[in-house]
Formats: sequence, structure tokens, C-alpha cells
Amino acid sequence: MLGAAIIVFRESLEAALLVGIVAAAARTLPHRNRWVAGGIFAGILGSVAVAMAAGTIAEMADGMGQEVLNAIVLGLAVTMLGWHNIWMSRHAREMVSDAKNVVREVAEGSRELSAIAVVIAMAVLREGSETVLFLFGLMSQDQSLGQVLSGGALGLVAGVLLGLSMYAGLLRVPVRWFFTVTAGLVLLLAAGMAGQMAHFLIQGDLLPALADPLWDTSAWLSATSAAGILLHVLAGYDPRPSAMQAIFYLGTIALIAVGMYLVRSPATGNGRPATT
Amino acid sequence: MKRLILALLCLPAIALAAGPEVQLVIKDHRFQPEEVRIPAGQKVKLVIQNQDSTPEEFESHELNREKVIPGGTTASVFIGPLNPGKYPFFGEFNEKTARGVVIAE
Repeated sequence: MLGAAIIVFRESLEAALLVGIVAAAARTLPHRNRWVAGGIFAGILGSVAVAMAAGTIAEMADGMGQEVLNAIVLGLAVTMLGWHNIWMSRHAREMVSDAKNVVREVAEGSRELSAIAVVIAMAVLREGSETVLFLFGLMSQDQSLGQVLSGGALGLVAGVLLGLSMYAGLLRVPVRWFFTVTAGLVLLLAAGMAGQMAHFLIQGDLLPALADPLWDTSAWLSATSAAGILLHVLAGYDPRPSAMQAIFYLGTIALIAVGMYLVRSPATGNGRPATT
Repeated sequence: MKRLILALLCLPAIALAAGPEVQLVIKDHRFQPEEVRIPAGQKVKLVIQNQDSTPEEFESHELNREKVIPGGTTASVFIGPLNPGKYPFFGEFNEKTARGVVIAE
């Protein structure tokens, strides 16, 4: 039971923190909750589907189907996070100054929210499919269904609680700083996921690692310590990254940052970049 | 998008570069053998056959690898080129029993 709780906690933590961050980042948009819930629901359905098809997926792409699927899921999430940040940097100023203005643009708001829903669905799918597979495995072993489910529920509740505290914490950030803080967090999330995407493509031998590892900080901050896990979830910390991972990581930051700079809110027209 | 195209362009070149293969079996939530010796400085393909009916996740922080292997299936994981040394790995779904180490020499 404890085994189930720990694994489910570890997997749900990643998804829950991401949901907490993007839900906070989108808090000014109309009908946000509907889209967030939709993303979570789609992600759970997808998790069950992927877990059931795990054998078939594993055999695809010459035995590298899992790596390819993970890379696609992560790539899609990175694209949507980037789109979200760029969209926000265009609209953040008007959101701070004039909430009504945004509500009038419901159509545009829902396009942005659909990107959020996709990000959430992808995050839940990625962490959820492994969890479902693991729980299936436990159930077919000696453990009783009740034990597995209660252990899993315990882990899930703990993960969701941390996600909620992330959300609640972000809402306490003063409005003046709010968009800067959430944009920074989303940027790091996207970069971390891009680094992981490279990691899977290297593991599947679809991309060269270049220098591997580029450095090794595992002696200072292990990937299994609490701080290491948190930093991994929030900013893609990897104690032994390859050069290719670093290129994906920094490349993603650069691309999104340039995109944000290019479309920054022109609203006030004084020529200065918006403080997003 | 550019990255994806780049990745796809690399595919044929990489498929040609075949390194040594090492076979591993998962049975009763244990790896067999538990000690895997491979040449250092070369890319090696670990072929892992999961003979249990339950899934296992091959994971190693030292090798920077993680891969779920559904019950009754075989999966491959590319590792290296490695510096000489010991690289522990484990099965995340059965961490107590499923343990092993890659020794590059």
C-alpha cells in the first residue's frame, strides 16, 4: 500500500504542480475552471488508454514507441506553454489595468484557454499513464484491490494538496508582480520539459547526446533528494544532463523569450517594453 | 518544429550505427544478470526482456535512463558511451528486489 502511495505521489506531484501554475497564470480568463477540468479529465482518459495500449506502443517505432510518444507529448506541452507565455506578454498589461477589456474578448480568451487545457492534458497523460500501468501491475500481483486503491488515493491526495498550495501561494503574489512570476515559472517549466524531450529522443537513439554528461552535480544535489525532485519538476533540474538536453533547454528559453519580447503589449504606446 | 525536422533527418544516419548488444531478463522482479559488464567508450544497446506478467520501469539516475517495460514484452535502452565505472540501475515498480549495476570497463 505504501509503495502505491509513494509512486502515485511522485507522479501526481509533477502534474499537480504544473496544473497549479498554469491555472494561476490563467486566473483572469473567463470560464477557466471548465477548461482546466476538461484538460485534467482528457488527460486521465488518455492515461488509461495509453496504459492499456502500452504493449503495442512499446513495439512501435522499432521498440522506441514509448520514447517517441513521450517526446511528442512533451513537445506539444512545450509548444502550448510557449504560446501561453507569448499570448500573456501581449495581454498582461491590459489584464492588470482593465479586466473588463479582457472579458469582452471571450473568443480569444478561449483560444488561449484551449492551449492551457492541452498543456494540462499532456502533463496528466504523461504522469498518469505510468501510474495507471503501475497500479494495473500491483492489482495483478498479490495485493488486494482495496489496498492498492487506498494507497493510490493517499498518494494522489498528497500530490494534489501540493498542487493546490502552489496555486494558493501564487494567488498571493501582488498583481504587479503576478504576471512576471507566473511567466517566469511557465518559462522554466517549458524549458525543463524540452530538456526531458531531448532526453527521451537520446534514450531512443533518435538524437545524438553530444557531450554526455555535460556536467555532474549529483554529489551536491541528488535527483532523489526532496530539493532535487522539486527543482526537477519546476525547472527541469537534471544532475547529469547531456549537451543536447542543455541545447533544448536554453533554446526553448531563448525562443519563447524572443517571442514574448516581439509581441509585448504595445497598448500604452510609449515605446517601452511592457513589464511582463 | 525545426528540431523535429532535424531529429527526423538524423534518423537514417543513426540507424546504421550499430553497437554491441547486451541481453537482460526481468524475472520475479529481479534483473538477471544483476551485474552487466560492457565496454567503456561505446554506445551499447541493452535488450531487456520482462518475463513477469507485471510492468517494470527500468531506471537509472547514473545512466540518465528510464523506460517502462510492460509485462511479457522486450524493450531496448541505449546507453553510453560511458566512462569506466559503476552505474547502478533499478526497477522503479519493485525497487526492493529489482536492482543491478552496469560496469563499464
